[in-house]
Amino acid sequence: MDTLLIQMLNGVQLGLLMFLLAAGLTLTFGIMDLVNLAHGSLYMMGAYLAWTFIGWTDSFVLGVLLALPATFVLGIVVEAVVVRRLYARDHLDQVLATFGLILFFNELVRAVWGPAGKSIAVPPFLSHTVEILPGVPYSAYRFALIVVGTLVAILLAWLVARTRMGMLIRAGASNRRMIAALGVNIELLFSLVFGLGAVFAGLAGMMAAPIGSVKIGMGDDILILAFVIIVIGGIGSIKGAFIAAMLVGQIDIFGRSYLPDLLKTFLSPATASSAAPAISQMLVYLVMAGVLVWRPTGLFGQRT
Amino acid sequence: MKGKLFGTATIAALATMSAGGLQPAMAQESLKIGFVSTFSGSQAAIGEDMRRSVDLAVEHLGGKIAGKKIEIVYEDDQFKPDVGKARSEKLVQQDKVSFVAGYIWSNVLLASYKTVTEEGDTILISSNAGPSQIAGEGCNKNFFSTSWQNDQTPMAMGDYLNSKGVKSLYVVGPNYAAGKDMLAGVKRSYKGTIAGEDYTKWPDQLDFSAELTKIAAAKPDGIFIFYPGAHGVQFVKQWVQAGLNKTVPLYQVFSIDAITLPQQGDLAIGTLGAQEWVNDLPNEQNKKYVADFKKKYNVYPSYYGAQSYDSIMLIASAAEALKGDLSNKDKVRAEMKKANFKSLRGDFKFGNNNFPVQNYYIQETVKDAAGMMTVKTIATAVTAGVDPYAAKCPMK
Repeated sequence: MDTLLIQMLNGVQLGLLMFLLAAGLTLTFGIMDLVNLAHGSLYMMGAYLAWTFIGWTDSFVLGVLLALPATFVLGIVVEAVVVRRLYARDHLDQVLATFGLILFFNELVRAVWGPAGKSIAVPPFLSHTVEILPGVPYSAYRFALIVVGTLVAILLAWLVARTRMGMLIRAGASNRRMIAALGVNIELLFSLVFGLGAVFAGLAGMMAAPIGSVKIGMGDDILILAFVIIVIGGIGSIKGAFIAAMLVGQIDIFGRSYLPDLLKTFLSPATASSAAPAISQMLVYLVMAGVLVWRPTGLFGQRT
Repeated sequence: MKGKLFGTATIAALATMSAGGLQPAMAQESLKIGFVSTFSGSQAAIGEDMRRSVDLAVEHLGGKIAGKKIEIVYEDDQFKPDVGKARSEKLVQQDKVSFVAGYIWSNVLLASYKTVTEEGDTILISSNAGPSQIAGEGCNKNFFSTSWQNDQTPMAMGDYLNSKGVKSLYVVGPNYAAGKDMLAGVKRSYKGTIAGEDYTKWPDQLDFSAELTKIAAAKPDGIFIFYPGAHGVQFVKQWVQAGLNKTVPLYQVFSIDAITLPQQGDLAIGTLGAQEWVNDLPNEQNKKYVADFKKKYNVYPSYYGAQSYDSIMLIASAAEALKGDLSNKDKVRAEMKKANFKSLRGDFKFGNNNFPVQNYYIQETVKDAAGMMTVKTIATAVTAGVDPYAAKCPMK
């Protein structure tokens, strides 16, 4: 029972991290109709900027607080210099150009920070374990990730549902031409949305860094899963991204935790232990395929 | 691709024909060695360590083997089997190198193996990867290893755990060729109970929370892991964050080393690992190598680097013995097989499948006098170990 609870928390934590990455991706894809493969690079840059600022300030919290606006500025610059030119182009051009951005950022990091990865230590006040229930320890840092992730998700929900900018974002996701025709400064909106997406991706990178390492290409692996999430959730939908991220987080963790034992009930142990990793790795994609058959535009997708 | 290759081959053939009469006049030949490793992406630090050691070997050889200038052609496999295969093909077909060395990853080596040894009829020296598939029935006369067969290092760890009376072990590794071999290796020699076994997605799974939670629930006496490079950094950090370092000791192969320690830092102190080469092995050539490497790069070398250094020295020993004449491949292979060079691990000989027959040591992670993280030898786990697939290889 304790293990089940911990595994669920692990799933929530993974899901929230994925949500932060997917939120920006779904906004840029849904509103700006932009396929941004370089979203993972912003995740990586966030982590490297945080590493630098943490080194300067000697404080994890301060470092992250400085790195967030820095990532925002970076996002705005990338949008203005490269991405803005891609809106009118088709998706293949966008994929090519943003793939080029991935290569650019990877080489930039190598030139500035070197080929070896960097390490961000868990802040001392979170380096212990907390007892979720009596006698059930859980990593304090992962617990903090859940708290921060939830707060950010609430903030984003408020932003999208209750503010004027959110209203424009939602309007943009449903009908981009119409809001431009109504006199909304679409260029400014796009810049802000891209910057916002960059901040969330950067924050995900910063928060993931102490669990793993800050390294070249760290965002490329995780980006695939983020795309799966926005496809399941429906492109352009923040709510969809959140629910899909939670779903993917739980499926991933539970596939890894319980599938081997489950398979052993009706397969030989040898077959089960060789089949389980393969199946649990496919599980997320199977779910995506299933959702697409059932709802071709994703769970909360609006456009076809 | 085929058409392009055919075109290239035709041009090359024509060029050779027209240049045929001029060949003997070529002076100052060079000895070309291809070196395939990972020089970009998240595992680039390993490739960098290997490149540094190869450069150091060339420097120690004075830039020449048997009077010929050494020319190393580095190729980046980008951590991908298909890219590794294409780069190996380029080295053999286009650059016409005399030897291909390197290869960190078993899946990259497996993809490139036949391209070099069979289609290219070129000698391949693995400086790291040792998949089981090429040690037994799939062995090849053109293949040599200056590292180990994948099963062997974890087998040494299993032997050590038996001797220490560790009663139950939870084994975790990545789900690819080397991960399967490594876990098979430790299970082969370890006599206690296997409390659990997990294979994680390779290379993109970097979160081990589910596995660590299962380990905590299983309460084993030890965890055995195989997570090379960047993945080792992740696992060790998460093991500490989950609080498991206080309850379950970590035993590892290829997961805590000169590449990963700068990032793992104090978290890794006291953990035990197995390896065939350690920076403190007390032979003269090793002392010189480690001292020169540290002087040049200000960090410790790793076994990846030491094995790469040995690959170059092995090539040099064979080419020197033949006075630089590599035209008869049977003679080259016969000289290689002698392993007549000063290996950094101390002398070793090749088994029938051209994998080394050698010792394995146990290391503890410590801080050196200068406060730098490193590993130090504490025991010899295996003496003159032969890999478990050698008997299936038909070569003598």
